[in-house]
Amino acid sequence: MFNFFLLILIYSGIYALMAIGQNVITGYGGMLSLCQAGFFAIGSYATAILATQFGWSFWATLPVAALLSAVFGLLIGLPTLRLKGDYLAIATLGFGEIVRNVLNNWDSLTNGPMGIQKIPMPDLFGFTINPYRKYAFLVMIIIFVIIAYYLFQRLARSRMGRALTAVREDEIAAQSMGINITKYKVYAFVLGAAVAGIAGSLQAVFSLSVTPGTYTFMVSVMVLCMVVLGGMGNFKAAILGAFIIQLISYFPQLTGLSSVIPPQFKQILFGLILVVMMIWRPQGLLGREEHTYGKKHAQKRGSK
Amino acid sequence: MILLETEALTRAYGGVVAVSKVDFQVEAGLITGLIGPNGAGKTTLFNNMTGLDVPSSGKVFFNNKDITGFPAHKICRMGIARTFQNIRLFKELSVVENVMIGRHFKTGKDATHGRFLNALKSYVYLKQEEQEIYEAADNWLDFFDMSQFKNELAKNLPYGRQRELEIARALATDPKLLFLDEPAAGMNPQETDHLMATIRKIRDLGITVVLIEHDMKLVMNICDTITVLNYGMKLAQGTPREIKHNPSVIEAYLGKEEE
Repeated sequence: MFNFFLLILIYSGIYALMAIGQNVITGYGGMLSLCQAGFFAIGSYATAILATQFGWSFWATLPVAALLSAVFGLLIGLPTLRLKGDYLAIATLGFGEIVRNVLNNWDSLTNGPMGIQKIPMPDLFGFTINPYRKYAFLVMIIIFVIIAYYLFQRLARSRMGRALTAVREDEIAAQSMGINITKYKVYAFVLGAAVAGIAGSLQAVFSLSVTPGTYTFMVSVMVLCMVVLGGMGNFKAAILGAFIIQLISYFPQLTGLSSVIPPQFKQILFGLILVVMMIWRPQGLLGREEHTYGKKHAQKRGSK
Repeated sequence: MILLETEALTRAYGGVVAVSKVDFQVEAGLITGLIGPNGAGKTTLFNNMTGLDVPSSGKVFFNNKDITGFPAHKICRMGIARTFQNIRLFKELSVVENVMIGRHFKTGKDATHGRFLNALKSYVYLKQEEQEIYEAADNWLDFFDMSQFKNELAKNLPYGRQRELEIARALATDPKLLFLDEPAAGMNPQETDHLMATIRKIRDLGITVVLIEHDMKLVMNICDTITVLNYGMKLAQGTPREIKHNPSVIEAYLGKEEE
C-alpha cells in the first residue's frame, strides 16, 4: 500500500516534468500543443536504445534524450508555429501520433510493438538506483523536478518569461515592442520538448522497458489536464496538477476498490473534474502567478 | 532634417488600393499630424511604416536607411515605436510589467549584457537586470504620473489611463520616432487637454511624434506640420494654418459647395 503510494509519487514526478514543459508552451506561450507524449517517447527511446545497444550509462543518455527531443521540438515547431489555436493542436497531435507509429513500425531500431526490455538500471558513484526499491528512485526524481522547477521559474521571472507572456497576450503589440515573436515561440517549444525528453528518459529507466503503447495521445491530454487543473502560467501549479491527476488515475487501486470500480471510472472522474473546474475555477487551482514590483507598494498592501 | 520618408508608397489589397503612391515626410523634432476622412489609408500607412504590413510597392526610409519590408521587431529596435487605434495592451499583465516589456531589447543580447542564456546564468545577474528594467519602467510611469497603479492589471485601468499606458510602453523602447494612432479617441475634453500637454512634453524630450487624429482641435493646436490623405492619396501638406484654408481639404471633409 505504502509502496504503491511511492509509485504514484514517482509517476507524479515524471509527469510533473512534462507538465512543466507543457506549462512553458501553453501556460506562458499560449500555444495549445498536444504532443508532449511524442517528446516523452523520443526521450524514452533515446535512452532505451543507447543503453541497450550501445551500452551507454543512463547519465550519458540523458542529455542526448533532451537534445534529441529539443531538435524534434525545433523541427516540428518551425513550420507549425504559424498556426494558431485549434490548428496548432491538430498539427501537434498529428506529430505525436507519427512518433508513436514510427516507433511501432521501425522494427530494426525499436523492436516494434514488443518494445525494448532489459534497460540497465541507472547508477551513481557505484550506487545502483534500483527502481524496485523505490526510495532512491523517488529521491532522484524529486531532485530532477526541483532542478527543473528552479530553472524554469527563473526563466519565467526574467525578461524572457515576460516576452513570452507578451507574445501570448498580443502578438502584434509584442512585435511592435521589439520582440521577435517567432524566436520566442520556438524557444518555448524547444524547452518544453527538452524537459519532456528528460521525463521520457527517466520513465525508461524506471520501468526498465519501453513499448510504444505507453506513449498514446491520452498521455498528452493528461499532461494538458494537469496544467489546466493546477493553473496555467504557474510552475508550482503544474506540479500540483500532476500529483492530483496521478492520484485520481490510481484512485481505485489505492483505495483497494479496483474490483468494484471499473478502470474506466477514472476517465469519468477526469472529465467530471475538468468540467467542474471550468465552471467554478477556470484559472485553475492556484491560478496564474503574479509578480508584485516595487517595495513601497508591497508594504502598503501588507499593512492593509 | 528628414527623419522618416516614404517614397511612392503603395499598398493594395487585391483591387482595393488603400494607400496610393504616397510621399510622406517626417521632420525630426516636430509633431507631424496625419489626417483624413475615415478609410483614407492613415492606419494602413502607419502599418506599412512600422513593419506590421508590407508595401506593395514604394520604399520607406528611416535615417536615410531603406527599411522597407523589415519585420516589426527590427523596426522597433531601430527606434520607431507606436501605439494602436484600438488599444493593444497586455491586458492580463500589471501596469509596470507592460512598460517593462517595452524595455525587453534594451538589456540582453542587443545591449551590453550578453545572450539569451543569461536567464540561466547567475542569480545576481538576473536580479540586477530585473532591477534595471524595473527602474526604467518605473521612471516612465512617473512621467505619466501612474506609479500608484503599478501593480494593477492593465485591463482594470480607466480608459484614458490605458491610452497613456500604451504611450508609456512605447516610450520605454527609447524611440527616436513615436507613432500615435488616434491617441485621443474616446477621451473627454479634459483628458484630451491633458494628452496635448503630454505630447508636447514628449516632443520636448527630443522625440519626434507622428499622430493620426480626428480631433481637429488637438491636431490644429499641437501639430507643427500636417499631411492630409484622402482615398489613399496625399491631398495636401503644410502648417495647420495652410491646411485649414486649403480648398481641397475643405472639400474632402465638408463636400463641395454648390455653385
